[in-house]
This record gives sequence, structure tokens and C-alpha cells, in this order.
Amino acid sequence: MRSYETTFIVDPVLSEGEIKQTADMYLKHLKNEGCEIVHINELGLRQLAYPIKRRNSGVYYNVELTAPNGEFIEKIELAFRRDEHIMRFLTIRLDKYAIQYNQDKRDGKIGAHKRKMQAEAKVKAEKEEAENRAKKEAKAKKDAARKEAAVKKAAAKKAAAAVAAENEPSSDNTEKTES
Amino acid sequence: MASRDDIKFLSNPSIGNNKKKYCRFKKFGIKYIDYKDTDFLLQFINDQGKILPRRLSGNSLKYQRKMAVAIKRARHLGMLPYVTDLLK
Repeated sequence: MRSYETTFIVDPVLSEGEIKQTADMYLKHLKNEGCEIVHINELGLRQLAYPIKRRNSGVYYNVELTAPNGEFIEKIELAFRRDEHIMRFLTIRLDKYAIQYNQDKRDGKIGAHKRKMQAEAKVKAEKEEAENRAKKEAKAKKDAARKEAAVKKAAAKKAAAAVAAENEPSSDNTEKTES
Repeated sequence: MASRDDIKFLSNPSIGNNKKKYCRFKKFGIKYIDYKDTDFLLQFINDQGKILPRRLSGNSLKYQRKMAVAIKRARHLGMLPYVTDLLK
């Protein structure tokens, strides 16, 4: 089995349903030829870098597939050529690095996806950190309150003890003087 | 009379301490160049949409060839222009 990648541009003048129908037709065509479709990447409406058939934009479809041999290419490209709704098409064979690249891209390990995911992870981490910090602060506040209360209690106890101690020796003294 | 210190500023001080160019594909282990990734390919074409020579981009021959093929594929699919002005 060999891996291939087919990209084609559908005329954007068609309605959305028609565009999808056209794409589905070619996907079916590929399946009929014995190809196994690995992934369909709908790039959507994109601005063209230069006008093609007097259109300035096109709907891109990118299909990754595996096939037993390259015989399907001639047939599908003939169909593409005959169809006036297909503005451009390109079929290439993928080498092992390309397959790896596409796999990584789907897993979100490459480029924009990676950056996006990293940014999301960062935001998440920051959120967690903020939460942790808030928790810690709350805990610290609680601890501080508890400590303060404890200190106050201790102070109160000490004061009471001091008062008691003051009272006692004074009473002793009075007793002694009396005796 | 010009002393030794004056002469120093008569020549371009940046000559001689150029950083050596390198092939980024070899350096970062990029094995495949995606023709759909136009933002990446833009680094290798000039304002007119021409492919930069190896002399300027510093690519190794192997990856210069792959990169050129990727740019040509992108051009065919209308993702990059064949000719233009003020691309960047």
C-alpha cells in the first residue's frame, strides 16, 4: 500500500450543499477505485493568490489516502479535468516523513496547533496556579486568624494568671503583715 | 595624520563577524516540507514571490530542492503567487 495525498479546489460559486456533494462524489470515486481514505482535511474557503478561472477564492479539500498502486490517479484526474467545478487539483505520493508529519499534525504536535495547545496549557497552568495561590492565601489567612486567636487566648490566660498571681502575693503579704 | 583608531571607522565594522548561515532543516531535524503551510514557505521567497537562492537562505541542497518543489506545488494550487509585487 502506498500513501497519497490529493488536494482539489472546488468552485466557490456553487451553493454549500453542491460543494459538499461534489467533494463527496470524488471521495466515493476514490473509494470505488480501492483507495482507503485516511483523513479528510477541509481547508474551507480560501483566498487565491492569483485569479483562477476568474475566481478570487476557492474551497479547498485535502484528502490523505492509501492505495494498492497508482492506477487510480489517472482515472480521478481525468474526472477532475472533465469537471468544470474543479478549479485545480494535485495528487502527490507521500514518503514516510510526510506520513509522520501529517500524523503529528493531526495529533496537534506541529506548528499552529502546537502553539495553540501550548497557549491553552499555559492558560490552564496559570489558572491552576492562581487557584492554588488563592487557596494558599485563604489557608494562610485562616492560619493567621487561628494564630491570632491563639495568641489572644494565651495573652488573656497570661493576663488572668498575672492578675491571679498579683492577687495571691498581695493577699500573702497582707496576711504576713497582719501576723 | 589619521591614527590607527580613525582608520577603524572608515571600514564597515560588521564585516568579518558575520554569523555563519546554516540549513534550518538539518539543524532542527525537519524532514518534510508541507506545501500547504504557506506561512512557513513565505520565509523562502522574496517580495516578488521568487524563490530565494541557497546563497541567501543557507539551505543544504537536499532541502533547497524539497523546498522549491513545495513552493511550486503551493503556486499551482493558488496558495502562493507566481509573480507579484510587495508580497510581504
